[in-house]
Amino acid sequence: MNRIIPPKYSQSIMNVIFWAAGIFTVLILLFIIGYVLINGLPVFSPEFLLGSPINAGAQGGIFPMIVSTFYVTFVALILAVPLGVLSAIYLAEYSGQNRIVRAIRFGAQTLASIPSIVFGLFGLAFFVTFLHLGFCVLSGGLTLALMAIPTILATSEISMISVPSSFREGSLAIGATKWQTVYKVVLPAALPGIITGIILGMARAIEETAAILYTVGAAIQIPVSVFDPARPLPLHLYYLATEGISLPNAYGTAAVLIILILVITLVTNYLVDRYIKKMTGS
Amino acid sequence: MAYIIESEGLNVYFGESHILKDISIQIPTNEVTAIIGPSGCGKSTFIRTINRMNDLIPSFRHEGLVLLDGDDIYDPKLDVVDLRMRIGMVFQKPNPFPKSIFDNVAYGLGIQGITDKEVLRERVEQSLKAAALWDEVMDKLETSALGLSGGQQQRLCIARTIAVEPEVILMDEPCSALDPISTTKIEDLIHKLKKDFTIIIVTHNMQQATRVSKHTSFFLNGEIVESGLTEKIFIEPGDKRTEDYITGRFG
Repeated sequence: MNRIIPPKYSQSIMNVIFWAAGIFTVLILLFIIGYVLINGLPVFSPEFLLGSPINAGAQGGIFPMIVSTFYVTFVALILAVPLGVLSAIYLAEYSGQNRIVRAIRFGAQTLASIPSIVFGLFGLAFFVTFLHLGFCVLSGGLTLALMAIPTILATSEISMISVPSSFREGSLAIGATKWQTVYKVVLPAALPGIITGIILGMARAIEETAAILYTVGAAIQIPVSVFDPARPLPLHLYYLATEGISLPNAYGTAAVLIILILVITLVTNYLVDRYIKKMTGS
Repeated sequence: MAYIIESEGLNVYFGESHILKDISIQIPTNEVTAIIGPSGCGKSTFIRTINRMNDLIPSFRHEGLVLLDGDDIYDPKLDVVDLRMRIGMVFQKPNPFPKSIFDNVAYGLGIQGITDKEVLRERVEQSLKAAALWDEVMDKLETSALGLSGGQQQRLCIARTIAVEPEVILMDEPCSALDPISTTKIEDLIHKLKKDFTIIIVTHNMQQATRVSKHTSFFLNGEIVESGLTEKIFIEPGDKRTEDYITGRFG
């Protein structure tokens, strides 16, 4: 035996390393969130949350930006959720394995790793200019939808594939059609995973800046029609910080963004957990 | 004697492999027929050919006839969905859906388009009673079926199958994942069910075959070695290979 480190020591050493890595990661996360909140929360006030910006955002509030964020994200999801989930159903349940399917999957994976600024450029060239939609909620939403689809598709597909085939067999053997089986057994069983995919796609849409920089405009009014320009929170944050308008308000905006994401994640996690408990009885 | 299912010269292939060879068998109506044989002899493939579950396997191909009440079940005009409503199946591993107990039993009824709540409740209760599970679950019908024990889950799967009132129930080693007490309950259940249903049970367990079945077919390497009354097969088998198998010399 010429081990350099005896097994019982290497076990403890690795334990320490794993712990340290875990704690370090959590600390970084807490530090970033804490830093933003400490700097951002002091500017919170009814006027900041519910008012409109004054002097390009140096004073006043960010209410139009909060509305813009929800609006653009909503438009993106209306398109991305059906497209992503339906394609996932096709890939997981119907397509089998052939070259076209592999091409679709490869395309989706590639799409997921394209830098968001490229999506922004495409949105500018295609939606804003070629389709004459102009800088507006719709152009921004469509661009974000393109970014969210691969995430929703991949996550939904995996969660459907991991539904045990014994469920499908049980359903088919009782006289259900393929679609009834997918709709009544596979989709409900895969729902937690699909929801997670939608939330990931949604988070990507809420936080995205580069993709909307060239597509959504910069208006500080509350957008009403989908053809109105808008300014979602990340974009406002970008202008506040890069144009030196107001750093405190930039932190305030960042804090709102973080809290928004936190609330959405926590609420959906809670609902998904409850659904899983009901489904599995544990 | 009436035969609900008959096969004639049935050959089944998965790609290049010849799984079932020239199977001719007659399954008597409202009796229990056991199919025994060592692993890999084609027992499961045979019953999956009867309800066309093998259609799901792309390389599946067959020759010969399988008749249900005299009709060719592989007739292109026949609706496979109708066929599977007439021929139910219980699987080796209990596979209740991740839904409530009630929804599991009502599943097939929903598939048939029955939505009347009163009718559903009645049929669910009937089926659970017929599957000897009602007393254990009557006050928790809305809880998840996955919270039941393995034996209860399997009886739930039987309830789910009989709820749609099939003519035939195929059972693919229904007790192989269960403990002895659960196994006894399922066997008692099979005795009760045979007056309303024709049952074909694949089993590894020779005692089980003698306990539950009237007729037995012994499969070996994709062929039927011997078919007949269970008593006859187990007491005086006509073929040396059957004798070797039932006395435990192989398999």
